[in-house]
Amino acid sequence: MKLTVNGREHDLDAEPDTPLLYVLRDDLALNGAKFGCGLGQCGSCTVMLNGEAVFSCLTPLLLAAGKEVVTVEGLGTEQSPGPMQRAFIEEQAAQCGYCIAGMMMRAQALLKKNPNPSDAEIRSAMEPNLCRCGTHMRIMRAIKRAATLIRTADAGTVTGAAP
Amino acid sequence: MSGLRILATIVGICLIAGAVFGVFAWHPEIAPINPASPTSFAPDLVHRGAQLASIGNCDTCHTQAKGPSFAGGLRIPTPFGAIYTTNITPDAETGIGRWSEAAFSRAMREGVDRGGRHLYPAFPYDHFTHIRDEDIKALYAYFMTRQPVHATAPANELSFPVNLRFMVAGWKLLFFRKGVFQDDQQHDATWNRGAYLAEGLSHCGGCHTPRNKLGAERTKGAYDGGEAEGWTAYALNSNSPAPIPWDKDALFQYLRRGWHEAHGVARGPMAPVIENLAALPDEDISAIATYMADVAGVPTPERKQRAQALLEQSGNTGSSSQPVTADSVMATSSPGESSDGRAIYVTTCAPCHESGRPPPYGGMHLGRSTGPSGPSARNVVNVVLWGLPAAEGQRSPIMPGFINTMTDQQLESLLRYVRQRFSEKPPWEGINQEINDTRAGKFDVGIYPAPSTDPAHAVVSEGSAQR
Repeated sequence: MKLTVNGREHDLDAEPDTPLLYVLRDDLALNGAKFGCGLGQCGSCTVMLNGEAVFSCLTPLLLAAGKEVVTVEGLGTEQSPGPMQRAFIEEQAAQCGYCIAGMMMRAQALLKKNPNPSDAEIRSAMEPNLCRCGTHMRIMRAIKRAATLIRTADAGTVTGAAP
Repeated sequence: MSGLRILATIVGICLIAGAVFGVFAWHPEIAPINPASPTSFAPDLVHRGAQLASIGNCDTCHTQAKGPSFAGGLRIPTPFGAIYTTNITPDAETGIGRWSEAAFSRAMREGVDRGGRHLYPAFPYDHFTHIRDEDIKALYAYFMTRQPVHATAPANELSFPVNLRFMVAGWKLLFFRKGVFQDDQQHDATWNRGAYLAEGLSHCGGCHTPRNKLGAERTKGAYDGGEAEGWTAYALNSNSPAPIPWDKDALFQYLRRGWHEAHGVARGPMAPVIENLAALPDEDISAIATYMADVAGVPTPERKQRAQALLEQSGNTGSSSQPVTADSVMATSSPGESSDGRAIYVTTCAPCHESGRPPPYGGMHLGRSTGPSGPSARNVVNVVLWGLPAAEGQRSPIMPGFINTMTDQQLESLLRYVRQRFSEKPPWEGINQEINDTRAGKFDVGIYPAPSTDPAHAVVSEGSAQR
């Protein structure tokens, strides 16, 4: 099956019911998305599918084929982090960090649709993603910072730079 | 008889009929009162009224999402156009602050407002007419002691001729039977209490009884299944599509806690109904369960047998004892099943619905759920697209929505698989259209969190749960 991830097309030898998360981590070595609950209840596996945040643990490969998948690796690189990543670093929004890739992907999907969300809109959109360390307030600030970065100077890298 | 005399007779008859109808249709204004002081109502009466208003689900229609309680303005879509609910706070100008108890009683029991205008039957006075005097009094006391809110609802968007209020008088002539509930001596006090609540204030039939072309409940098809906010309200009588027949104990637990291991979690517009029922004492819930169990009737021996087999097959906790894998599902699949549907089910649904985790937080085994056996795919479509959102600040069962992961066609293949695997009924027809229309917003689907299971929130006692 063919799968496009972060702008690159891959030809995969995998069953159509393989969870997208397994394909990303095991076949493509994109380890940003995490396995948390495997039930779509924690959000640590969140990636973007055609611009929408989805749980990759519950998404069979068959539903991702032919669509654009973007993972946290698609938002920027270590040397050149994208605005969402920069904002999370600058706000020190991670404690253990396990949820953060998922948080950034859901936030990215939100800002794509709503470049200037209110606090209530951020809370509502981020509701499916959990952080057990309790850094929610920093995550909130990071998302607001990312919105500002994207709206202003770094607008060019919003949709994720090609690796 | 000459032609002229025939014509004169016809005209005469029409005039008389018109006059009779006019007398029937016309209602005088009831004089406004000076808003009563909230302290003039006995606290006990107000408390009783609060419970009754909860049973009546008054807030569900008369309150907008996140708006002030009972201030109205909620848009109610109907086949004839949209109606906006009215402000029933005691605001003197825009609410019912100048309504006497007689005016309130007439509105509840006859569907006529203080000014004498007919009310549209989206307001369920066909049920509220059964309410007894003492309960009307308590409801009046409750509403007159609410916080007044100055708010005028937008004008209704009804099409001609329904927009003419006197047409409602004709509707009443055809379908509305006024009358306070009378006990049925054939049954005991508990049954009668349940019948009084279910047929009256709870207006269960408002959703669970099908309506005719003019929007009236078909009395001959009572509890045959209807619609509410884009959801199927399943039949509750012997036509119930539930794979496991309902009985009194199951009804009690479901109405009390919002879920039952053999039936699943309350969803759609039933969720706020359950939340509202939390205000009731166990005795009243038990009475409603007694009455509705009688409506459901005794299942046939075949149905009972099938249900027993299904319960054993799906494990004691409501989920299969063996975790599902692609291989195990493969082994049970039969030729002709949609392979895409199977693959989606295995990866998207089975991790919860066959996890072996107990309900309500573990997903329901779909063989027990009424959804896959329902008359149409409507409820399953709604749940797959939007899931069960989390309740704010409370514990509740949740399910993610999958609107962003599946195309219409992929959803269709999933639904075909689910129907084939979890129901003995023939394939649904027209699923594609159903999905299309649902996504396009045709049904104004009401999305609600499942009822809270937070023990601190509900009034449920441990003793009651074990009934």
